[in-house]
Amino acid sequence: MKKKSQSKAALTRRSFSTGLGAAGIVAGTAPFNIVRAQGAALKVGVLLPRSGYQASIGQDCQRGVDVSAGILKDLGLPSLQIMNADTETNVDVARSRAEKLISDGAQLLVGAFDSGQTSAIAQVAEQKGIPLVINIAAAPPITEQGYKFVFRNFPTGVMILRDAFLNQKEIFQITGSAPKTAVMLHVNDTYGTSIQKGMAAMFPKFDMPYQILQEIAYDPTARDLSVEVAKAKATGAEAFIAVSRLNDAILLTRELIKQRWTPMAVLAIGPGWYEDQYLKTLGKLSDGPISLVPWFDPNKKLSKVLEAALAKAYPGVGMSTNHVYTFEALLVAADAYKRAGSADPKALADAIRTTNITNNVSPGPGIMFDAKGQNDKLKGSAIQNRGGKLVTLAPKEAADAKPEWPLKPYDKRG
Amino acid sequence: MPLDLYLNVAVSGVLTGLVYGLMALGLSVIFGVVRVVNFAHGEMMTVAMYIAVTLFSTLHLDPLVMLVPIAVVLFAFGYVLQAGLINPFINRPEHSQFLLLVGVAIIIVNGLLIIFGPSSQNVQVAYAFDSFQVGPLIIDATKAYAAVAAVAVSAALFIFFRSTMLGTSIRACADNYTGALVVGLNVKRLYALTFALGAACVGAAGPMLLLIFDVTPAAGPAYTLLAFVIVITGGLGSMPGALVGGVLIGLTEAIAGLVFTPSAKSMFAFAILVLVLLFRPQGIMGKRAA
Repeated sequence: MKKKSQSKAALTRRSFSTGLGAAGIVAGTAPFNIVRAQGAALKVGVLLPRSGYQASIGQDCQRGVDVSAGILKDLGLPSLQIMNADTETNVDVARSRAEKLISDGAQLLVGAFDSGQTSAIAQVAEQKGIPLVINIAAAPPITEQGYKFVFRNFPTGVMILRDAFLNQKEIFQITGSAPKTAVMLHVNDTYGTSIQKGMAAMFPKFDMPYQILQEIAYDPTARDLSVEVAKAKATGAEAFIAVSRLNDAILLTRELIKQRWTPMAVLAIGPGWYEDQYLKTLGKLSDGPISLVPWFDPNKKLSKVLEAALAKAYPGVGMSTNHVYTFEALLVAADAYKRAGSADPKALADAIRTTNITNNVSPGPGIMFDAKGQNDKLKGSAIQNRGGKLVTLAPKEAADAKPEWPLKPYDKRG
Repeated sequence: MPLDLYLNVAVSGVLTGLVYGLMALGLSVIFGVVRVVNFAHGEMMTVAMYIAVTLFSTLHLDPLVMLVPIAVVLFAFGYVLQAGLINPFINRPEHSQFLLLVGVAIIIVNGLLIIFGPSSQNVQVAYAFDSFQVGPLIIDATKAYAAVAAVAVSAALFIFFRSTMLGTSIRACADNYTGALVVGLNVKRLYALTFALGAACVGAAGPMLLLIFDVTPAAGPAYTLLAFVIVITGGLGSMPGALVGGVLIGLTEAIAGLVFTPSAKSMFAFAILVLVLLFRPQGIMGKRAA
């Protein structure tokens, strides 16, 4: 009976004191709760094309993700919990995967290599108010939409072309030699035609020493480029400008050799001519082409750290744009999380907006974003194939070699 | 544009066209005798190309040297395929044959994708970058060797059909099925042999084409389509027609790419096909149906 009456007591001094003490403990440790919340890894959804025709590129970008954890830890940055998703090289799939990642708890998104897929993901990120840090995507409109949650640490197509022209002029100045004429071969898909149109629009502004005699378009699935190279050779141009991908870069090089034509220079805007598979397939014959592309600054300390980490994890894989910019996207995420002190999306976005990372990998003064969310301080590089490796010729502050100029004749390479 | 540019491109087109012709010859042989349209023709050729790639990458065996063994492998494959799978469909409606062989094609493409992946592969033979200079002409060595091999194999096939008892028997089946049965020819076996010979043609053409083009699993359907264009242009069932069609299409693609735009090459090949269908539906060297 006594026990029953005790259990029915509403509030005793003991229970009141206990409750007051508990409230005091919670209030007193509240700051420590926030620290404990920040100590939790930030959930980062990484969207890349891991299947479909861009699969090999997406898988290459993933290498940049895989080696990031150790480096970020050494930099004193908080850890990231990576949630991977496959865009399947498809815009609609990219959109749905972004939505799924967010519903699964992703607090920040990184991706997605392709401009079309990235645009779709950017729309989702903006709608849901989750920050997106773009690793690679060059289409200018992505950061012209007035988005508040989308940030791009990669040059736009306009910036890439601007630096392509500037770096060429720097090389011509160093070598004391420049071609008077050039012929341009470009793949006729969205990427190739956008570069070709961009070049046509910007060319007059840069007062280049050469005149483009002819522009020759070809199908990206072409099995044989002998006619295209024959046409290019027949123009009598001194320089060969290529906008291509890996397979066509190899085909074009083979035709240059078979048709006994060594131009003064091969100037490539875009992928293909500097990739590991190109160097491996052609050996000595791969030396010489100059690629005008977003790259890394080999003189920066963090570049050497990233390069060493990649070499250890993936022997035989040369560091490239895919690894560098994917790593830097995660660097931005971790840095913002540390400064925000919170995984709240708005706090993260505000922190990303005030990013100022000077200890980075890409050329230029560092990673900082303008009002549109674009890092407009990035610089493109001119790199050259040299003995199976890649050296940086320009810009001057990121160079680690002088140009080999003109291109060594293919029939004199042993 | 200088004349030597046209000559160079034309020669290149003819050389490539000869290899195309050998590929299409197999299709023409099969249809001419067995009356089955092999919708897995290009896919069978990519199998031959991948066999050549594998032999080169593992044992460093030149594709031209392995041409005969690979043709023998495809011969066996073709024999088993016809005897085991296609034979029951010979007297069935054409759409059944079509679906069967398209199914075989899809299985081959996806099998190759699983085994070799989607990336293109090629062989880097010692002479891969060689060329011959004859006056103003620069002739690609690999195309020249492949074309010579294609002509040799085609000649061997012609001699087989004209001068051997087996070849004569196969032609008898093609000319008069009932008559062949009456004189005691084993028609089923002859059909299987003919299909196998057609498969051997792509088995030989595959390594030759590998010297000129890279291979991917997705290339099969494109080659099937190309073989059809060539055979219909040259004349379905006509062996000389297949070679003439191959050369014509190879030359058309090359010159069209030069004169107009390279990215529209195929358009002109299909334009020729349309013209042939409109004005000479039996093909350039085909016989008009009675």
